[in-house]
Amino acid sequence: MTLILEQLLNGLLYGITLFLLAAGLTLIFGIMGLINLAHGSLYMVGAFVGAWVASQTGSFWLGLPAALAGAMLAGFAIELGVMRRLYARDHLDQVLATFALILIFNELTVLLFGREPMFVELPASIATPIELLPGLVYPPFRLLIIAAGLGVALGLYFLINRTRIGMLVRAGSTNRDMVRALGVDIRLLYTMIFGLGALLAGLAGFMTSPVLAVQVGMGEQILLATFVVVVIGGVGSIKGAFVAGILLGIVDTCLRAFLPGVLREIMAGPEADALGVGIASMGIYLMMGIVLLFRPQGLFQAGG
Amino acid sequence: MRQHLIFIAAAIVCLSVLPLVAEATGQLALVGLTSRIMIYAIAAASLNFILGYGGMVSFGHAAFFGIGNYVVGILYFHHAEGVPLWGFIPGSNQLLITLPTAVLVAGFAALVIGSLALRTRGVQFIMITLAFAQMLYFFFVSLKTYGGEDGVIVRGANDLFALSLRDKTAMYYVILVVMVLFFAFLWRVVHSSFGTVLSGIRQNERRMTAMGISSYRYKLYGFVLAGMGAGLAGALMAVFMRFASPDTLHWTKSGELLIMVILGGVGTFFGPILGAAAFLILQTYLAAWTEHWQLAMGLILLGIVLGTKGGAKGLFDSIARKLRTEPR
Repeated sequence: MTLILEQLLNGLLYGITLFLLAAGLTLIFGIMGLINLAHGSLYMVGAFVGAWVASQTGSFWLGLPAALAGAMLAGFAIELGVMRRLYARDHLDQVLATFALILIFNELTVLLFGREPMFVELPASIATPIELLPGLVYPPFRLLIIAAGLGVALGLYFLINRTRIGMLVRAGSTNRDMVRALGVDIRLLYTMIFGLGALLAGLAGFMTSPVLAVQVGMGEQILLATFVVVVIGGVGSIKGAFVAGILLGIVDTCLRAFLPGVLREIMAGPEADALGVGIASMGIYLMMGIVLLFRPQGLFQAGG
Repeated sequence: MRQHLIFIAAAIVCLSVLPLVAEATGQLALVGLTSRIMIYAIAAASLNFILGYGGMVSFGHAAFFGIGNYVVGILYFHHAEGVPLWGFIPGSNQLLITLPTAVLVAGFAALVIGSLALRTRGVQFIMITLAFAQMLYFFFVSLKTYGGEDGVIVRGANDLFALSLRDKTAMYYVILVVMVLFFAFLWRVVHSSFGTVLSGIRQNERRMTAMGISSYRYKLYGFVLAGMGAGLAGALMAVFMRFASPDTLHWTKSGELLIMVILGGVGTFFGPILGAAAFLILQTYLAAWTEHWQLAMGLILLGIVLGTKGGAKGLFDSIARKLRTEPR
């Protein structure tokens, strides 16, 4: 029972990370019509800058603003330098250009930080596991991530639904051309949305840096799962990204944790483990396939 | 047309004598590089067939490349072990058996994937093809019998009758012949009524439907054909590399195939050959020059997309117009 609860918490943690990435990606996708494969690179930039500043200064918390600033600056740089010229192009050109950006970001990171994975030391106050329930021991840092992620989700909800910028964002994801026709400075709006997406990606990168190894290529690993979240949730829908992110995070984590054990009941150990991991990895793509076949527009329509 | 035939004949002659020239000048690596270019040209041309002529942006084309790759690997594995697959399918190392099997299996996979994926369009189609390719990638990685992440080694390569294809020069000529036959076949398909209908669906699907043409069926046939082409290329790659690897199904491989098609010019018949050559030559020489070749590659790709109008197609088109070598 406690094992299941623990895995549910881990799933929630992964789901929150996916949501933070998917929220930015779904806005960029829904409003600007841009397929941005390089979104994972912003996540990587956040993780590397945060980990580097934390290790140089010795203070974990100083890494947070550094990660946010680093990812946002990188986001502004690629928006102004590259993305602007891509909005009017077709999806093929966007895929090619952002694929090129992945190569560039990965090699620049190797040049700056080397190929060795970086590890982040947590302050002892949030690293020592605490007992949540009798028998359920969980590191408080992970709880902090979950709380922070939920806080960001709430903040985004208010930003989107209660502010003027949010109104423009909602209008943009419903009918982009109409917003432009009404005289809104669409370029500024695009840059701001891209910066916001980069900021959230950087936050996700920094938050997961103590849990996962900070290394080159970490962006691509999570990028595809993020795209799955965006497509399942419905392109352009923050609510969809939240629901699909949490759902996928929990399903993926639980499949990975429990499927090999279930399969071991019916077949030999090593084969069961390999097959279990394989099927668990396929799980999210299978879900996307099923959702797309029955609801081609995703679970939630944009603008919600 | 006559001019094109002369050009094609000249290209085939050049490719035929290339191993002799390479041996004479000591540039032996050239034979391997050209072999890989020809194999990727087949895969890229099959993607270009659905992308450029049929208007289907598949981001999971490496799935069929990888299936062809693994069919050769798995058949060889059972041949070497002497144990039939599932107890009744014997292994084989005869190219004339493994190659058609790979093509058929890849075609069947394309039939299944295509029949589901073609219900969607636009971004959803891009994503669902990617999803299927990823599923297959993880499926093959999880097969411990066939090496998991390490893949299957095809130690003795394949035989063509009594001729062992471990010999790289022999393999080079096999690849050359297969490529020429494949492109001749593709030429017939593109210029058949089927190819014209497919092109019409790309330009205006609604109008084709109004004319009484079932666009779904035509698109599916095209998708299956493209899957078979990629399977053929994957099978050749397994024999050439003497190795079947899950890397051939990875999503970055689908991306590379897309890059080759775009580099060569979407919807041009010989574009994929140019694209495959440009990509692999660039990759090989940049990698020899610096460890950080991906940075240079990324910058060049970015420059091509941003700097030329409509991607590299415009660039190649204008060059091609000047040289008058590009049959349209």
